[in-house]
Amino acid sequence: MKHETIHPPAAPGEGLRLHTVTVKKVIWETDDTFTLQIDLGAMGETFSFLPGQFNMLYVFGLGEAAISISSDASQGGMLAHTIHRVGTVTTGLAQMKRGDVIGLRGPFGSAWPITAARGKDVCIVAGGIGLAPLRPVMYAMLRERTAFERIILLYGARSPLDLLYRVELEEWAKEHNVEVLVTVDRGDSSWKGYIGVVTSLFSYIKLDARATVGYVCGPETMMKYTIDEMERRGLAEDQIYLSMERNMKCAVGFCGHCQYGPEFICKDGPVFTLPRIRHLLDKKEL
Amino acid sequence: MQTENLTEILRQHPFLAGLSDAHMEVLIGCASNVRYAEGARLIQEGEIANTFYLIRTGRVALETDVNARGKIRIQTVGPGDVLGWSWLISPFRWHFNALAVAEVRAVALDGECLRKKCEKDHDFGYEMLSRFSHIMERRLEATRMQLLDLYTTSPGAHV
Amino acid sequence: MYIIDSTELHNLMEELIKRGYLLIGPTVRSGAIVLESIRSVDDLPRGFGDEQQPSHYSLKRRDDAMFFGFVVGPVSWKKFLYSPRLTMFKATRAGKSFTITPEGTEKRPKMAFFGVRPCELSGILMQDQIFTGGKYVDRAYKSARDNAFIVAVNCTVTGGNCFCASMGTGPGATRGFDIALTEVLGGGNHYFVASAGTSRGGEVLGAVPQREATEPENKSALDAVAHAAESLTKRMDVRDLPQLLKDNFENPRWDDVAKRCLACTNCTMVCPTCFCSTVEDATDLAGMHAERSRSWDSCFTMDFTKVAGGNIRPSIRARYRQWLTHKLSNWVDQFGTSGCVGCGRCITWCPSGIDITAEVDAIRGNSVHA
Repeated sequence: MKHETIHPPAAPGEGLRLHTVTVKKVIWETDDTFTLQIDLGAMGETFSFLPGQFNMLYVFGLGEAAISISSDASQGGMLAHTIHRVGTVTTGLAQMKRGDVIGLRGPFGSAWPITAARGKDVCIVAGGIGLAPLRPVMYAMLRERTAFERIILLYGARSPLDLLYRVELEEWAKEHNVEVLVTVDRGDSSWKGYIGVVTSLFSYIKLDARATVGYVCGPETMMKYTIDEMERRGLAEDQIYLSMERNMKCAVGFCGHCQYGPEFICKDGPVFTLPRIRHLLDKKEL
Repeated sequence: MQTENLTEILRQHPFLAGLSDAHMEVLIGCASNVRYAEGARLIQEGEIANTFYLIRTGRVALETDVNARGKIRIQTVGPGDVLGWSWLISPFRWHFNALAVAEVRAVALDGECLRKKCEKDHDFGYEMLSRFSHIMERRLEATRMQLLDLYTTSPGAHV
Repeated sequence: MYIIDSTELHNLMEELIKRGYLLIGPTVRSGAIVLESIRSVDDLPRGFGDEQQPSHYSLKRRDDAMFFGFVVGPVSWKKFLYSPRLTMFKATRAGKSFTITPEGTEKRPKMAFFGVRPCELSGILMQDQIFTGGKYVDRAYKSARDNAFIVAVNCTVTGGNCFCASMGTGPGATRGFDIALTEVLGGGNHYFVASAGTSRGGEVLGAVPQREATEPENKSALDAVAHAAESLTKRMDVRDLPQLLKDNFENPRWDDVAKRCLACTNCTMVCPTCFCSTVEDATDLAGMHAERSRSWDSCFTMDFTKVAGGNIRPSIRARYRQWLTHKLSNWVDQFGTSGCVGCGRCITWCPSGIDITAEVDAIRGNSVHA
């Protein structure tokens, strides 16, 4: 059975209209990555999103950044974005405090097709900040834990200090029957977990290829290696979904920056089925 | 009784998948069951390398001491993996430390014993070498990916 | 079909002005025929022609008094529907918060485009698809477009870089205009054969002095356009073009063109269908007022594909390949048609004289099968 990604309809005119929203809490996850919890205020009554979608966040006078939503889609009114401080706008966002106001428009893009995974095993592979857009998927599945069979999370980060959501990772493993395997590229003598690339974690789990759906998000090279590994273990390409990233300015398919071959990542993606884009993955400087 | 159990155990390990019964007989003569408690050292950097391990359960961290940076752990191996091939290549010395970060059960294979058997039976030798080449290739690929340091971002990026 | 004598053309212009349209049309300025607001027939480039070759454009005087004896200049109608620079919103601080005032939909006078070439008309229809045909609608574009009155002029002369026939966009217009004119000059006669494409076009046509065209007059107009089609010297080999480019991502020709391309972005600026844009956010010195504006951008710029990990297309080779592949291949997946209208502007205005029809031929020549 073929499953496509989900493309929620746009609220008319909403894609271009910037709303003001308030910062409720700032949580520093690592020394360069933080989560903004946002109170949507009046907008909360009509705003809803699906896991995989993103918003454009605006800092007064600095500009916008496209950031994946990383909160629970069932929690109306409260939104969270995990952001890597790496440029002008994200540095501006990093300076926000409780009560500060930012601009927001969205949600945009395609969503992870969670219905495709019902009754099956789910293997989520996240690299670095790639875990942020996948967290809403985990929340959605854990709300209906029995609708899914095994839930496996393979997560790789640069070092133990770069791990996101450590408390939740433990909670998912201990209380929600999720198989969580975490690896880092480099550890110190206090790290007793795995050390090595995230794909090496596949040797420690046994996948039932026919009944597994894969969701992958992280640096492109890591995703390519992960796909190779999944296919080596027998997953069919139409069981694998990935989230792509490109420079975004408008989020609505007008500015042309996010084009990846013929795909506009902002509206045809960011979540794609593997068959749709695999011919593009190997192209250098596409 | 002990030998039969060992054969069964060896048969289950991915490294030896498909090994003929005859070659298994050759191998078993060099094999023994081992167990290491958490924190125990399997390998000491600089010492003579004479063992390779087929890890059954647990996790081993490869560690080296970097001047001024302290001990850095660069890799772990776990169930189904292989640890150590310095016994194959002269001058037969270990280049790193290996510690059990969780209790380890493994099959230890005597390097010198195996080397002699490889020299005596070239077919067996070829089997061992081709399996090791495969492991080394996969390990090199993974190490290259680690070197890419994919999770960092370049300075001066736009947004 | 109706006849408007050449001496009566001014009536059409005046009728549009009377109806409140800002007339935009071709006129001579700084050694080229550009598009800007015009008031009368005297503003039209009567008696002028243009000579176009790769990286070459020059005006010339014709030996007759044709009003539209030229093809296209460096300016396309794109700039009137899709502003080169547009303020999107203004924001003002208010305590911890700020207020946002959307702009971009301010009332602009409705425009009448006088003298749209069939290739350019195709370009406008393509941009309609981009900005109004999808999930999101660009309101500034839509409001300018809905009110735009189009007087198309079929081509009876062609330029050295034109290849509209290959792209199916000319030299005659078939749809999308309010009024279409074909200029006929010869045998002592000078008139326009006019037809309406919409009811509002018919209304305007009916309000100016005209008479029904005779069969010979009709035929003269059709012949003039057919003759133009035959006189085209350039062609684009469009056979299986989208797939050809998909299959030739690593064709050595890209290295060759990369040596000649300066990434100057001229081609994207003059192209009537290129639509990429960027945004700029600025504040005043006190940081109390902020403004966001949108302006034309080009995929040839260094920063176009900047992401946190670096630049996706650092080489000119990759950027040229992206532009051509988008225009002639990806566009079909995205919008159902080719993105090229065959106007030849990119060839004329490229300082290196890169000719996309020649590039396509070269790629086809050393094509590798997928």
